[in-house]
Amino acid sequence: MDRRSFIARAGAVGLLGSFAPRMAFARAATPKRFVFVIQRGAADGLGIVAAIGDPMFAGARGDLAADLAAGTKLDAMFALHPAMATGAALYGQGQALFAHAIASPYRDRSHFDGQNVLETGGAGPYQVRDGWLNRLLGVVPTDDAKAIAVAATIPMALRGRHDVASYAPSALPAASDDLLARVTQLYQGDAQLHALWGEATATRALAGDLTQDDGRNAAATGALAARLLAPDNGARIAMIETGGWDTHAGQRGRLAAQLKGLDAMIGALRTGLGPLWSDTLVLVATEFGRTVAVNGTGGTDHGQASAAMLFGGGVRGGRVLADWPGLKTADLYEGRDLKPTTQLDAFIAGAVADHFAIDPARAMAALFPASAKVAAIGGLVRV
Amino acid sequence: MSEAAIALNRFGLGARPGEAIPARPKAWLVDQFASYQPRPAALAEAPTSAAVAADLAEYQDQRRAMRQQGIAAPDPTAAPAMAGGAAKPADAGADDAMKQARRFARREARDDYGALVGARTIAALTGPAPFVERMVHFWANHFAVSADKLTVVGLAGTLEMEAIRPHVLGHFADMLNAVERHPAMLLYLDQAVSVGPDSPLGQRVTQRAAQNGMTRKVGLNENLAREILELHTLGVRTGYTQADVTEFARAMTGWTVAGIGRGPGARAAGTAGGQPGDFVFAPAIHEPGARTIMGRTYPAGGEAQAQAVLTDVAIHPATATHIATKLTRHFAGDTPPPAMVDRISAAFLASKGDLPTIYRAIIESPEAWVETPVKFKNPWEWTISSLRALGTTQVKPLVMVGLMNQLGQPVWKPGQPVGYDDIAGSWAGPDALLRRVEAAERFATRAEGTIDARTLAPQLFPASVSAATAQSLARAESPGQALALLLVAPEMMRR
Repeated sequence: MDRRSFIARAGAVGLLGSFAPRMAFARAATPKRFVFVIQRGAADGLGIVAAIGDPMFAGARGDLAADLAAGTKLDAMFALHPAMATGAALYGQGQALFAHAIASPYRDRSHFDGQNVLETGGAGPYQVRDGWLNRLLGVVPTDDAKAIAVAATIPMALRGRHDVASYAPSALPAASDDLLARVTQLYQGDAQLHALWGEATATRALAGDLTQDDGRNAAATGALAARLLAPDNGARIAMIETGGWDTHAGQRGRLAAQLKGLDAMIGALRTGLGPLWSDTLVLVATEFGRTVAVNGTGGTDHGQASAAMLFGGGVRGGRVLADWPGLKTADLYEGRDLKPTTQLDAFIAGAVADHFAIDPARAMAALFPASAKVAAIGGLVRV
Repeated sequence: MSEAAIALNRFGLGARPGEAIPARPKAWLVDQFASYQPRPAALAEAPTSAAVAADLAEYQDQRRAMRQQGIAAPDPTAAPAMAGGAAKPADAGADDAMKQARRFARREARDDYGALVGARTIAALTGPAPFVERMVHFWANHFAVSADKLTVVGLAGTLEMEAIRPHVLGHFADMLNAVERHPAMLLYLDQAVSVGPDSPLGQRVTQRAAQNGMTRKVGLNENLAREILELHTLGVRTGYTQADVTEFARAMTGWTVAGIGRGPGARAAGTAGGQPGDFVFAPAIHEPGARTIMGRTYPAGGEAQAQAVLTDVAIHPATATHIATKLTRHFAGDTPPPAMVDRISAAFLASKGDLPTIYRAIIESPEAWVETPVKFKNPWEWTISSLRALGTTQVKPLVMVGLMNQLGQPVWKPGQPVGYDDIAGSWAGPDALLRRVEAAERFATRAEGTIDARTLAPQLFPASVSAATAQSLARAESPGQALALLLVAPEMMRR
């Protein structure tokens, strides 16, 4: 104890809470709102939407299956993790849809390559240089091409040709207006800093009192996103980054905590958007899934197919979309992972196309050019 | 940028007021190999992994004692990674005493973390070899651990102090070895709990489980094995397969940490001996037999088996290319010039990973001396260079921790084993820029007008201050404002 009695109490903000979710926004002229929640770290689809009706499930999952007994039965095959109470309620109201055994075109097991494919919409890592969410700005109806951005930095999915701003609440004291004006002058001749600074000051004016929200927990992030999406001149497209899904060990407690946070975020989005929820579509997706079998440390290792989620007033939900491949060893990808049977690209393009009333083939070509010949999945969202 | 400005800023961590401007920039860099201090005074008071691990072990003993008394135990690994209040671990029903013990352990870990962040900062601000300090930061990020779960929060910084600093001027293979045996890495990437299914303990557990009609509860965890190949050495997509990863994970079993998790389980696993935090090889959990990894067979041999794999991958051509690419990106720009990558890679292979030889090859590369700035500073680089510019030699750990969180790059907490990105796209965000301006104004306020930014600017960027910046500083309404403007000037944002 004495060793540190003289060490200042380092109250690292949210230190044990891993990282605060970060957001980025883009604006377009449509009443429709779209939120992409990325689950970084490979979320375990089988642990979230559990295939309790598959005869192999309980055996393969051992202890990890235990929590699912208390989950919400979605249909004859699937149950939703009990931590997702809001998700279950939305499912009951037909406003939540889950897709299973779904995956991007990426077939290896590196988080970073997998996230790059998920965010760029390419067929392989680093093949496409901009993000599909940025390209979406090019196909949704827009009045002026100027986009608003909100989050400290811009995630890959939102990077690209269209300007996107970023905003995240800051606990630093606000700089004085005079200094801000002089910085504007200082950056006049520097193209990169001038552009960044222009966006920063514009967003600062828009965000106003939102800095009250510390954005440090998932619910506050959802509420903050809702407040930035709600105004007529607000953002129309938002991306929220969540981490902590890489559950190699002690998955039971960790996944429950993760899902509780995600569920609170979805709940806060719905509450915050109020009547606009009927115009809102929320997509939750991850770079890949995890092994079917539990590993030696109460967790799961990197795998292939996972689950994706849609929430929102216009979702044709209350169902699980799955061409179930089965969990027998012979049915698994490389004998260990849930086999992908539904393309995430087609799922995203289909949902977004119907939501924004874009031609599905056009959405597919713009967002996922490598899969352009694949038909987008229709009927996910009410047109 | 002049050569002196490049040496000070692109290679170093930024100039300090009153310091002589390097007359022979390249020699100034090479001379730092002799002046570098692996264990400077700033680190003397910092917690060691042994001290942090002893506290963790004490906490775990406490939990065990409480559990035996029938008090519900929260899962120590259940750190809510998604954040804050909304995602609390499932300990709502836990007893007060247990909660208190956990709160105490978290506070201890945060104190250790803060003290180490403070020590790292002081070393960066005051050390005689800023280029070598930059390399320490580079390698700590290459071998990233993330202070997310309770067991890693306090230990994260000790990896840099104990495994990186002593080897930053040694061989890559030795650094690799020290890192993969360090408790922070073994715990962060779950190696410490990976058990060979056919190891003595694995077999016992399987037999007992079979007798009780249950499934086995211990086994492999391939997390560290994969990241060693993907991130630490060969690099992703360099030809190794899932089978290689699994084989390597089998070879790695037994590499674990002493004393964290004591009691009968640890005795059975062979991890009960030694001081908490010590590396141990535990034969009881090592998967027996020969392993084949990337076509090469490694005979059974206990600890030496995985060691042999590490020794091979440390000097593998793919590793040389991987490391050379990252180093080139760090010094010559976000898109690494291929000729320089080849040159650094060749130096790596020819010297079998001798780091000073590699650093010399970087210093000798014309691509690293182009006059236009090639890098947008990340928040750590910007903060350290700002504090150095102000002549700061002391920081409050709490303030530094909070500042790095606000600027978007919490120290030793990238959230992912890949570490922080080294490209402008990850740092040059509008909001990130605004925060630097906010922080700069606060720094400048604290300097209380004791520094004249107009005379400081040419010391920081010899012969490299733009007319626009000079004019901005000259027109500022106060010395403090001029200083804030200097700290956010384009010259300061890039290197």
